[in-house]
Amino acid sequence: MKRVVITGMGIYSCIGENLEEVKKSLYEGKSGIVIDPQRIDFGYRSPLTGMVNRPDLKGMLSRRQRISMGEETEFAYMATIEALRNSRIDQDFIDNHEVGILYGNDSTAKSVVESNDKIRDKKDTTLVGSGAIFQGMNSSVTMNLSTIFKLTGVNFTISAACASGSHSIGMAYQLIKAGLQECIICGGAQEINPIAMGSFDGLGVFSTNTENPAQASRPFDSNRDGLVPSGGAATLILESYESAVKRGAPILGEVLGYGFSSNGDHISTPNVNGPSRAMEMALKQSNIKASDIEYVNAHATSTPVGDANEARAIFEVFGENGPYVSSTKSMTGHECWMAGASEVIYSMLMMQNDFIAPNINLETPDEAASKLNLVSKTLDKKFDVFLSNSFGFGGTNSALIIKKMLV
Amino acid sequence: MDKEVIIEKINDFLIDEFEVESEDISPEANLKDTLELDSLDFVDLVVAVESNFGVKLVGEDFVGVKSLEDFYNLIERKLS
Repeated sequence: MKRVVITGMGIYSCIGENLEEVKKSLYEGKSGIVIDPQRIDFGYRSPLTGMVNRPDLKGMLSRRQRISMGEETEFAYMATIEALRNSRIDQDFIDNHEVGILYGNDSTAKSVVESNDKIRDKKDTTLVGSGAIFQGMNSSVTMNLSTIFKLTGVNFTISAACASGSHSIGMAYQLIKAGLQECIICGGAQEINPIAMGSFDGLGVFSTNTENPAQASRPFDSNRDGLVPSGGAATLILESYESAVKRGAPILGEVLGYGFSSNGDHISTPNVNGPSRAMEMALKQSNIKASDIEYVNAHATSTPVGDANEARAIFEVFGENGPYVSSTKSMTGHECWMAGASEVIYSMLMMQNDFIAPNINLETPDEAASKLNLVSKTLDKKFDVFLSNSFGFGGTNSALIIKKMLV
Repeated sequence: MDKEVIIEKINDFLIDEFEVESEDISPEANLKDTLELDSLDFVDLVVAVESNFGVKLVGEDFVGVKSLEDFYNLIERKLS
């Protein structure tokens, strides 16, 4: 079995559009949540959201490349060029090696709706244009990025609701560990627009704390009233240790374990057992003890039931005097399909820079959360191993364990 | 519509929407090769013609259309 390392990262999120900006926001506990007036007109219960700028790719990509990309792919492209640059992978390396892509994405709602609106209006499918099909498929991110970067390795999208990004890292880890691939671009992308989130808002699970958007997302706090949707993209370069050493790549961390499970329960209400089993599996695979984990980046989205059940699961696995825990969703909101990848990057940035980012807005932890070692203010703390949780609709769970690479 | 106007409109959308370099545009330029249009771009050419001239081209219309001049003439014919 091969060792699997992380050699590059790139991020395009509502708390920063590159690693440096994001590191600063994490340390300062800065919220990226705003009010989107469009959502009020659209009929949303809550206009709160994380927001990123739509990147201008003219001059970076040809027209042919651009017209096949919806916004989630544009975000993923921005994150990926940063990750490749930091990994010191250039086109020459890609042309001469079998580099793959596994990316998490679970919707292209805006592209699908807008193209069908156009067909309805024109009553002619040709007039939708040639880019619509490539924007509208769920595998839009992987089909576009694999073409742009001329990738020749594994190439598919992983759709697993809000655990998509995490599972993409887990699957890349498995393929490299088994010796089937040497280098894989993985991550998660999430579109940000009213069309994408309307039906989710309709469930009544979004925070309506519009008086102070920065305080709306408050995982584990007793006064939480729901999640805040968000988005962007996060890319990691996973590689075999041998490949990384051979090309002199920066080795940022080692993926030790990937645990997964399905709740076998309700479609939207999370339980305790499924997440516990995913964490236990990740620990077993990593061949480390629960007490070796120094930080847990919780999935906690700021929903009443979800956070409480995750707190119970973390307590079940780690017990009294467990690791430090925080949910970066308190700052970013819930980055959904992207979250599992972005939160690994947030945790990596903390581990590289010796701090634990705060779970902002945590004033009074609820009963289940009060048993955890929650970090509500930035903690200057060196740590070497973390676990990142991601859970999604349908009861899909993923837990990743990553260790600082000491070379 | 005057041929001059047709030519100007076509050249404008080729430059603006298809990002063709203006120096590559000439009546004798090969529509596919010189302008680097692939099979997918022809779908977008149909869209651009519909939105600029209100006429719908179909695949058969492009038979025999090699140069940009041929394309100007095709649109002129369709509008007449």
